[in-house]
Amino acid sequence: MIRCKALTKIFGDAAALNSVDIHVRAHKTTVIMGGSGSGKTTLLRLIAGLDKPTSGEIYYGDEDFVHMSRRRLYELRQSMGMVFQYSALLNSMNVYDNVAFTLHEHSDLDEDIIHTIITMKLEQVGLRGMEHLMPSELSGGMAKRVALARAMAMDPEIIFFDEPTSGLDPISAGVITSLIHDLRIKSHHTSVVVTHDVDAGLRIADHVVLLWQGKIIAEGTADDIRHSEDARVRQFIEGRPDGPIPFSRSSTTYVDDLLHKPGTVRIEP
Amino acid sequence: MTAVISMFGRLGRSFLGMVSRLGDATSLSSASLGLLPTRPWQGRHIVIQMFNIGVGSLVIIALTGAFTGMVLALQGYYTLAKFGSESMLGAGIALAIIRELGPVLGAMMLTARAGSAITAEIGIMRVTEQIDALEMMAVNPRARIIMPRIIAATLVLPLLIALFDLIGMGAGYLVGVELLGVNPGAFIAEMQAKVTTHDINTGWIKAVAFGFLIGVICTYIGYRATPTTEGVGKATTQAVVLSSVGILMLDYILTSFYL
Amino acid sequence: MSEYKRIEITVGLFVFIGIAGMFYMALKLGEVGGLGADGYHLTAAFGDVGGVRAGADVMIAGVVVGRVDDVHLNERDRAEVSMRIHDDVKITSDAIASIRTKGIIGDRFIRIGQGGGEELSDGGEIEETESAISIEELVSKYIFSSDSSNK
Repeated sequence: MIRCKALTKIFGDAAALNSVDIHVRAHKTTVIMGGSGSGKTTLLRLIAGLDKPTSGEIYYGDEDFVHMSRRRLYELRQSMGMVFQYSALLNSMNVYDNVAFTLHEHSDLDEDIIHTIITMKLEQVGLRGMEHLMPSELSGGMAKRVALARAMAMDPEIIFFDEPTSGLDPISAGVITSLIHDLRIKSHHTSVVVTHDVDAGLRIADHVVLLWQGKIIAEGTADDIRHSEDARVRQFIEGRPDGPIPFSRSSTTYVDDLLHKPGTVRIEP
Repeated sequence: MTAVISMFGRLGRSFLGMVSRLGDATSLSSASLGLLPTRPWQGRHIVIQMFNIGVGSLVIIALTGAFTGMVLALQGYYTLAKFGSESMLGAGIALAIIRELGPVLGAMMLTARAGSAITAEIGIMRVTEQIDALEMMAVNPRARIIMPRIIAATLVLPLLIALFDLIGMGAGYLVGVELLGVNPGAFIAEMQAKVTTHDINTGWIKAVAFGFLIGVICTYIGYRATPTTEGVGKATTQAVVLSSVGILMLDYILTSFYL
Repeated sequence: MSEYKRIEITVGLFVFIGIAGMFYMALKLGEVGGLGADGYHLTAAFGDVGGVRAGADVMIAGVVVGRVDDVHLNERDRAEVSMRIHDDVKITSDAIASIRTKGIIGDRFIRIGQGGGEELSDGGEIEETESAISIEELVSKYIFSSDSSNK
């Protein structure tokens, strides 16, 4: 469904993404994993069209997504949904208006019909009856579920998830993870999930992409990743503090710094 | 020597930064305003912003207007009484308020009350990814967030300043006539004799220009705020400072143009 | 939805009051109320207007009856003042226009002393004029007249 070729994004003089090729298959869940700073959120923003790549190509079907007109981009986005890391509910509106937002904006449906759709979507995420709460009155987990209901309001073909479980307690995180999985099975949309939560990611993934320092280091099914022999992959999924991905971020050697060798400030006696 | 060179380097860099920000602000605002006639029509959001910015600032505008008029009456009276021309008090108050104090103080109050809120609100929408969320829901955030606020600020400020002027002159009348005993006939007659349509029009031109300036500066700084809590705080302060300085500079330019 | 209706009504009310305030100011304070665009024009040429400018009052017996529209130099190097006079005030052809000062340091204005001739119509000229009396000249005349040998 989505193909990216040699995708590169440079911020200042650091490359957040370095020549990444990725293929998101229709009606499957693609999970992009990696540590913080690995470029996974950058990749998601590029695929969603929130940022433009420095170089490289993105194709939606046969369409060039990078050089698309804003009008066509907005047409495409009516069949996309996104669940943001901090839910990003519009805080001036209650739950009902948040979930109904895209329907109010892009459809001419009767309010009765919209009401029915919203009731169904909220039921799917287990929050029917909470229509009149404001975003500030919701817990993190509930806000995530409302955001999920909002993303699904227009029955999109593809839904993006940015760190769906981060900042949630284990139960809420589990709820969200199963919702992502079950809803995809039911409504046959395509999911792209960005996460550093190894367990959750591997549980729901049809296809896993593992990023490190802006490059893909492993790709395959969840089982491929679980049984990978690559030392970096092993370190990531086992969560070991040191290994090929070093614990220390210092570029000078410890001994040199302690002995006041050139490159550090030396205090004269 | 190197210190001097690096000082010039810094100066040059900050000047270039300023110019590029100015260009960015101009292009963002004009692109946003260009979305005014396009569908979907944002009239509803302009009305909501007129409520937030305009109606929300009524009380503070009325208060500042009243006290400005009152203090002008006191100060003006003691100065004019030395020349025995207390009868000019009405004219003095009216001219000062209509030509300068109404537009400038009104705009400053709008900056403090509504401008800072605009920047903080947009900055928070940026931090909490609400702007990206709008974008993903196929709603252009420049049409939905920036444009209505600039239009609303521009429309609302002249109305607020009209009220500021009237309340200020009314309060000046009360202090001058009721408290200090200036002849009410002379107060009103001099006011009417000395104020010209030109003075009043200059006031409106300033009001519209200041409203537009506040809208552009406060939306731009909020929209481009560094997306952190600290960044939003900084942006809010910066928006208030830049708007206030901008208002005073523009006031000088417009005054020298239209005097 | 009803929330938005309430906002809409409040904003409507606010806009109405604001515009009413703007009109009230324009009517009460601007020239519209004092003189308006109506009135008729007269001219008068002076040897010295002593700094009378557009907007200065034109008075008869201390009552404002019009305003100066424009002051410019005519081809004979005299200051030609064009003024606008209230429609209901008629000025005679033999009236005298003189430049006066309100108080010692006050504004300059044009005083018109009526005569008994026929009425001037729009575009007419008041032929008899009296130039500004310069206080500086009066004072210096008084001081230096006693010993002119100083010069």
